[in-house]
Amino acid sequence: MTTFQAARLVFGREIRAKLRDKAFIFSTVSFLVVLIGSIAIPAMLSSGPTKVAVVDAALAPTLRAAALDVREVTDPAAAEQLLRDGEVEAVVLPGPKVVAMEDAPSELLDILSTVPPVELLDPPAFDEAIAIFVPLALAMLCYITSLLFGLQIAQSVVEEKQTRIVEILVATIPAKALLAGKIAAMTALAFAQIALLSVIALIGTTVADLDSGVISALRPALGWFLPFFILGFVMLATLWAAVGALAARQEDLGSTSGTVQMAVLIPFFAVIFLRDNAAALTALSYFPLSSPMAMPIRIFENGAAAWEPFVALGVLAASAAGMLVIGARIYHGSLLRTNGKTSFATAWRTRTTAAG
Amino acid sequence: MTTVLNVEAVNRSFGERQVLKDVSFSVEPGRLTGFVGANGAGKTTTMRIILGVLAADTGTVTWRGAPISRNDRQLFGYMPEERGLYPKMTVGEQVVYLGRLHGLSAADAKRRTTALLERLELAERAGDPVEKLSLGNQQRAQIAAALVHDPELLVLDEPFSGLDPIAVETVLAVLRERARAGAAVLFSSHQLELVERLCDDLVIIADGTVRAAGSRIALREQHALPRYRIEVDGDAGWIRDEPGVTLLELDGAQAVFDMTAGADEQAVLRSALGRGPVRAFGPVRPSLAEIFREVIQ
Repeated sequence: MTTFQAARLVFGREIRAKLRDKAFIFSTVSFLVVLIGSIAIPAMLSSGPTKVAVVDAALAPTLRAAALDVREVTDPAAAEQLLRDGEVEAVVLPGPKVVAMEDAPSELLDILSTVPPVELLDPPAFDEAIAIFVPLALAMLCYITSLLFGLQIAQSVVEEKQTRIVEILVATIPAKALLAGKIAAMTALAFAQIALLSVIALIGTTVADLDSGVISALRPALGWFLPFFILGFVMLATLWAAVGALAARQEDLGSTSGTVQMAVLIPFFAVIFLRDNAAALTALSYFPLSSPMAMPIRIFENGAAAWEPFVALGVLAASAAGMLVIGARIYHGSLLRTNGKTSFATAWRTRTTAAG
Repeated sequence: MTTVLNVEAVNRSFGERQVLKDVSFSVEPGRLTGFVGANGAGKTTTMRIILGVLAADTGTVTWRGAPISRNDRQLFGYMPEERGLYPKMTVGEQVVYLGRLHGLSAADAKRRTTALLERLELAERAGDPVEKLSLGNQQRAQIAAALVHDPELLVLDEPFSGLDPIAVETVLAVLRERARAGAAVLFSSHQLELVERLCDDLVIIADGTVRAAGSRIALREQHALPRYRIEVDGDAGWIRDEPGVTLLELDGAQAVFDMTAGADEQAVLRSALGRGPVRAFGPVRPSLAEIFREVIQ
């Protein structure tokens, strides 16, 4: 049997075990619910087009053209009653004169008044709220998924160590097949979840009727996000497996996985806090730990040249390959040390199997 | 018969501590080889090196005359000292999975799992997760996991510890079957009586060195003292006055005695026959426990 065939068997077992794990199913479903909520709630808060009652029929076409919800009423008193009942937000009387309850309806006033022509030299592509929300959501998605599935890898490695089955496994198949199968399975599951969430996000934004500028900016950002996410995840996955192998029991994971948790946490906060600093964000979009979050944000904000994601992806792929070597060695060196936690240095030095 | 597994001059240290010093022995197919030693003598380390879980610092382990490859190891079955299976996986799935990791096709793995669980009297628990099984049954599942692919070499680290007497007999019978079918079986134990009863060959290890190795019968002869036991009618007390005799035990009509080098035990027998009937006379062979105590000194 080849290493590849062995890895495939491991892959199959890991997937089956996870899909039967109630805790895993629960976390995935609750994540979906949170995402759907975070799309639906802003959409529900924005109340849709402003409703107005128009008494002057000549004004109605102008207001309709401006995408207002227009009701034509002939009697001013009836229009005022609609306003008092909350059926409409403003009434336009002939003149034109605007009647409203508490606040002057600025959107309506803008349409009715004559504004001097304005030229914006750097117009935002879309709504400011969305410009803040989308990058945040992308970074969060990347951060949470990476952390959640990374921990799953570490836990699955500790489980094999803690139950001692690992010794039978490495006596049967190469440790690298075990590691590869496990990482491939978790990456596939993490990717499936991210892809599912991305699709929901795209459908959600379409249904929530965000303006087309957002959707057309979001598509390439999400399209790039997926390969960045996969490589970024694989890069950390071996390290998660390594810190899992350093632990002897599930309880040790908290301390052995601290470094890797920081490697996820610090880039996340760096991206969030330095988002408005173009130079910093550019740097972060090349740095392998933060590029899966920062580069899609730059693409979304239209701040990256066409070649940039390719270069950043190349840097990420190279570091992922490097981390694989380091992580695999640590994993290998600590896999059979079941008496308490293993130090990084000991694991690095340990010679293990004779034949690979 | 020729040996299949050869361990040659294997050394291994952990840090400053050398746990194996020039360990050499061989295992023959069709025979049960007992690997005996105190805790920390180096049994588990040796077994792990055979299985390729650990590397030797120097020395080689060969299988059918060549260094052991990954493919050879697929034909080995291993039961580590520290038992372990996936707690949440069912017994059946688990054994099938391990069979497949050893290169069996899905259909073969299923068929053999069913047959083996039947043989180990575990068939009706096949659908239960391992964590729901009693310790003894978990142990049987563990043995099934080591045997599912019909290994040519079975390496079992303390296979009988934690087994109840009935399970010991079942497992023993299964191991004998495997040996009869041509498999080489190497197992460690510190239950010396069990090893004595079960093994064809023995390897005794102490402080990382092999102190004795060979067939059980040959070892007993090698380590036999010029010690005899006699049973006569009447009192055997006279025997202490025979030339060359050192009396060790006297219990009425029975006596155990050593002969000094060069002295003739047949003279003692003749003398006894001259005094009356002799019911029994013969050499006293050392038990494994005695040989063990002697060689580990």
